[in-house]
Amino acid sequence: MTAMPKWADAVLVPLISLLIAFVISGLVIFAIGEDPIAAMKLMVSGALGSTYGWGYTLYYATNFIFTGLAVSIAFQAGLFNIGGEGQASIGGLGVALCCLYIPWPHWSLALMGAVVAAAVFGAAWAAIPAYLQAKRGSHIVITTIMFNFIASAVLVYVLVNVLRPTGSMDSSSARFDEVMHLPSLHDVLALVGIPFNNRNPANISLVIALVACVGVWILMWRTRLGYQLRAFGKSEKASVYAGINPVRITMYAMLLSGGLAGMMAVNTVMGEGQRLILNSVEGAGFIGIAVALMGRSHPVGVLLAAILFGFLYQGGAELALWTKIPRELIVVIQALVILFTGALDDMVRRPVERVFVMLQKGKT
Amino acid sequence: MDFATLIQILDSTVRLATPLLFACLAGLFSERAGIFDIGLEGKMLAAAFLSAAAAAVTGSVWLGVGAGIFASLMLSGIHGLASITFRGNQLISGVAINFLASGLTVLLGQTWFGLGGRTPPLTGDARFGPITLPFADALAPVPFIGPIYAELISGHSALVYLAIACVPASAWILYRTRFGLRLRAVGENPAAVDTAGVSVNGIRFAAVAICGVLCGLAGAYLALGLAAGFGKEMTAGRGYIALAALIFAKWRPWYALGATMLFGFLEAVGNRFPNIDLGLFVLPSQFMQALPYVLTVVILAGFIGKAVPPRAGGQPYVKER
Repeated sequence: MTAMPKWADAVLVPLISLLIAFVISGLVIFAIGEDPIAAMKLMVSGALGSTYGWGYTLYYATNFIFTGLAVSIAFQAGLFNIGGEGQASIGGLGVALCCLYIPWPHWSLALMGAVVAAAVFGAAWAAIPAYLQAKRGSHIVITTIMFNFIASAVLVYVLVNVLRPTGSMDSSSARFDEVMHLPSLHDVLALVGIPFNNRNPANISLVIALVACVGVWILMWRTRLGYQLRAFGKSEKASVYAGINPVRITMYAMLLSGGLAGMMAVNTVMGEGQRLILNSVEGAGFIGIAVALMGRSHPVGVLLAAILFGFLYQGGAELALWTKIPRELIVVIQALVILFTGALDDMVRRPVERVFVMLQKGKT
Repeated sequence: MDFATLIQILDSTVRLATPLLFACLAGLFSERAGIFDIGLEGKMLAAAFLSAAAAAVTGSVWLGVGAGIFASLMLSGIHGLASITFRGNQLISGVAINFLASGLTVLLGQTWFGLGGRTPPLTGDARFGPITLPFADALAPVPFIGPIYAELISGHSALVYLAIACVPASAWILYRTRFGLRLRAVGENPAAVDTAGVSVNGIRFAAVAICGVLCGLAGAYLALGLAAGFGKEMTAGRGYIALAALIFAKWRPWYALGATMLFGFLEAVGNRFPNIDLGLFVLPSQFMQALPYVLTVVILAGFIGKAVPPRAGGQPYVKER
């Protein structure tokens, strides 16, 4: 059954899965008494019809690139990191501490500091489940789920009892200093003369996300460590036989994964919020799973899938604004994408394979 | 803490543990047959929604329960299709089911009732009332035994007693029947069961269906017993707590009762005393909320007894070699 060319496996199968997910979503919209075609048009014009819409789309996409890459690296190493949500919220704590307590002279230095803090905090939160998996064989899926809940309890505690300014009723941290304000995408693109809307949260973090994509690609396909990670994911036994240390690789994979998930917080906490609020992650950690599955755990695929989900997010917000379709439609679409590109992959793949086998027989 | 407070806390422990117990036993059947199920949360949520919706429309609590079980079974069907028939990743399928339930419940709730995802509040016959056991009123004035019988043991809804009854029933099915032996064998060594001429996929589908029914009861109890109607995301992580309890219980029915009661007790104490003053320092309420998860991680790490999952868990069975 190797009749299927590589491109079909990498592009055709996910596209067909995506199409099925969209058709079912359309049926859902139809079933609740709305017009799917009109909804689609509204989503496209709302998310991609103006630079304002694009700004939001890219802002969301930035989050999903980070969490998508995080899940991808773990997937490549054969691990399922479902804890992106917790790692990102602890990463946000790192960003907030770094921005609140260090008097940075300039935003660029603060940005570098925040990226490091976010990555370190995120990685630290992934380190315990990783260690327990590597050393004691505790199932990483369960431990990372548990750590999501523990993270949310920790965050509530820290926000309410430590970071909340005295007298404030809001459970959020104080605002960061003006110096810490990151340049928006409007400012960045103005440097090269491209006009872009300035009333949207897209900011320079997008550039960091793109750099992260390239970095992950170089790491996974051009370095020894990346090779070891992928070999470990393909066959643990073979890689151990080849002298790869399973404990080390599990730790590296999860630390990288947690660090990337944590870096998402630079975009939300520093780029948009300028303060730490409860639930700044808003489920982006889980969307990373859909993005990684859709993007076949490859940085290029992750980038495209993240933009697609950014579009869905912004389009969904527009739908909720102008029609009676609630925002939760996006959650349904997300579920269907995960279902068809992840769990029901075989259902799509088998018929496609059969078609290719038939085509080959026809040739010879 | 006086005696009356203790009785109150234990009373609410029993009520809070009931949905966990149903869900934990649900996960037990599924995972003992080798099908990991992190979709307990989603199934409970879908069941809670549809049971509340059906009860609100028909006014009958039992029709509500039926609808809840139906919703949960539908999702179980998807999980079975993905993880048994198409040999997909069971964890990913579970994640998808959780999101599907989380999105669809609000989407449908908003369309049907227009209350921002809630169902209309339930009253009268549309929700479970307390059942007073015989002699409860007569025994109530008796010191010590009276309050225990009248308040702690009597006066719960039908599903609470059903949940408790499910524990010996599950233990009996799993350890004393042919079906139970096969179910456990499928989770440990499916090839051996196949060699004996028993359909591995058949047993697994049966296990997933039982899981669906029990999750349906868990969700129905949440919406019709514990609360009066459905609210957005009302399961609030209980499916994951049940999963944690399952590991805590080392995949055994009687231990499941103990684990869910413990987690129910933690929740009851957390509700009653948000911040616990220990004299030296104050335990914040967030600590109590996080405790079940921390305990589960500790158990998983093998520091207090080792929890060994069924050996063939998570792997789809491929017949031909």
